[in-house]
Amino acid sequence: MIDFVVHDEGDSVGVVVVEGVRAGAELTGWIMDQDREIAFRAASDIPIGHKLAIKPMRTGDTVIKYGVDIGRVVADIALGEHAHVHNIKTKRW
Amino acid sequence: MAMDLASATFRGYRRENGRAGVRNHVIVLPVDDLSNAACEAVANNIKGAMAIPHPYGRLQFGADLDLHFRTLIGTGANPNVAAVVVIGIEDGWTQRVVEGIAETGKPVTGYGIELHGDHETILRASKTAREYVQWASELVREEAPLADLWVSTKCGESDTTSGCGANPTVGDAFDKLYRHGTTLVFGETTEITGGEHLVAERCRTPEIRERFMYMFDRYQELVERHKTSDLSESQPTKGNIAGGLTTIEEKALGNIQKIGRECMIDGVLDKAETPDGPGLWFMDSSSAAAEMVTLCAAAGFVVHFFPTGQGNIIGNPILPNVKICANPRTVRTMSEHVDVDVSGLLRKEMTPDEAGDALLDMMLRTANGRLTAAEALGHREFVLTRLYESA
Repeated sequence: MIDFVVHDEGDSVGVVVVEGVRAGAELTGWIMDQDREIAFRAASDIPIGHKLAIKPMRTGDTVIKYGVDIGRVVADIALGEHAHVHNIKTKRW
Repeated sequence: MAMDLASATFRGYRRENGRAGVRNHVIVLPVDDLSNAACEAVANNIKGAMAIPHPYGRLQFGADLDLHFRTLIGTGANPNVAAVVVIGIEDGWTQRVVEGIAETGKPVTGYGIELHGDHETILRASKTAREYVQWASELVREEAPLADLWVSTKCGESDTTSGCGANPTVGDAFDKLYRHGTTLVFGETTEITGGEHLVAERCRTPEIRERFMYMFDRYQELVERHKTSDLSESQPTKGNIAGGLTTIEEKALGNIQKIGRECMIDGVLDKAETPDGPGLWFMDSSSAAAEMVTLCAAAGFVVHFFPTGQGNIIGNPILPNVKICANPRTVRTMSEHVDVDVSGLLRKEMTPDEAGDALLDMMLRTANGRLTAAEALGHREFVLTRLYESA
């Protein structure tokens, strides 16, 4: 049972692919490019399609997904926390 | 069993100019907003004729007017269209559209409303539409090689499952089609922001790369000139954000999964411009779904791959949109809109190769005549791209 997927092992976030993830849930993740599994505990309620942090991130850090820069951290994000527009912003525009 | 594309064929309509279509529409095409009523009346009179109303065509000028004509002529010229009745408020621009479509050799007649009024125009145009519909109804599908199938792609209401499921499915299918000499296109210029270096690397020559970067930079300047914020809720859209996409960079990296891992970009097109050879083309375009799909139809593409995450329900009057979705919630709640369910990819129940083959199978079924979900539901979004205000 896969609860979240990660594109590349260097990524700082994974994507929840099941409904109803609650804080405290033990999750199984699949790192697609390297085809290996990891385990994580959700630190927030996270809707399907939304991201969880699989690396701790501090304000000003760059967020990596697909092995590429997808924006900057604007509020610290702990492991397993919901990572979205409240703590990540674009570097463009 | 893996799909054998080397021997794959489809049954299409061979048009006068040699292109192959997968639909056999007779369309009633307005040159301008004023002519929509007459076109809809003709389509109401003649069963099997389809009006394609739109809100523009008056006092446009320069490049914006050129694009208007290119889009209308391209729509009529598309091989999914058997014959066209054109109606405009006056004869001059009406004949310009007629002459453009006539270059394909297909039947086309135009009617100007001035000096006749709606009643007489509807009567005359209905007589022609009836002849065209009956003529088209006797055309027969013929076997055509896969290389004759022109396939476009653009995604919509994307979410994070688009980037790890539906878009890589299109990418796998594009890689497979590319090897067999098909003509392919993608676009969505602003939606490459953050991944432009990856697209640039895929351009086959320095000249193509330079033209791509020119189109990309031009669109960035447009955004910079008009923006009042960081475009959050516009690009990414409110729906994208609800689906978990946070930044344009994240959306862009998901978007470009659609061009696979192998195919190279063989050329760059302006909006609604027709490619002059096979391969993968980049078309400069808006990322708004109906605008981009309308431009693909006008460029001559006959089947469209439309991956979605949150459930974009778009269709096009003449270009069948095959919907691909990997989000299990969307597949459950909006199943009537989904043609290919690849949610198994996210559960490791399906490989990317199998997902790509499932899409190619649906592509061939669609080309052979199966109505897509959007066609069965009557989605006919025909949206012309405007470059600036009318004079």
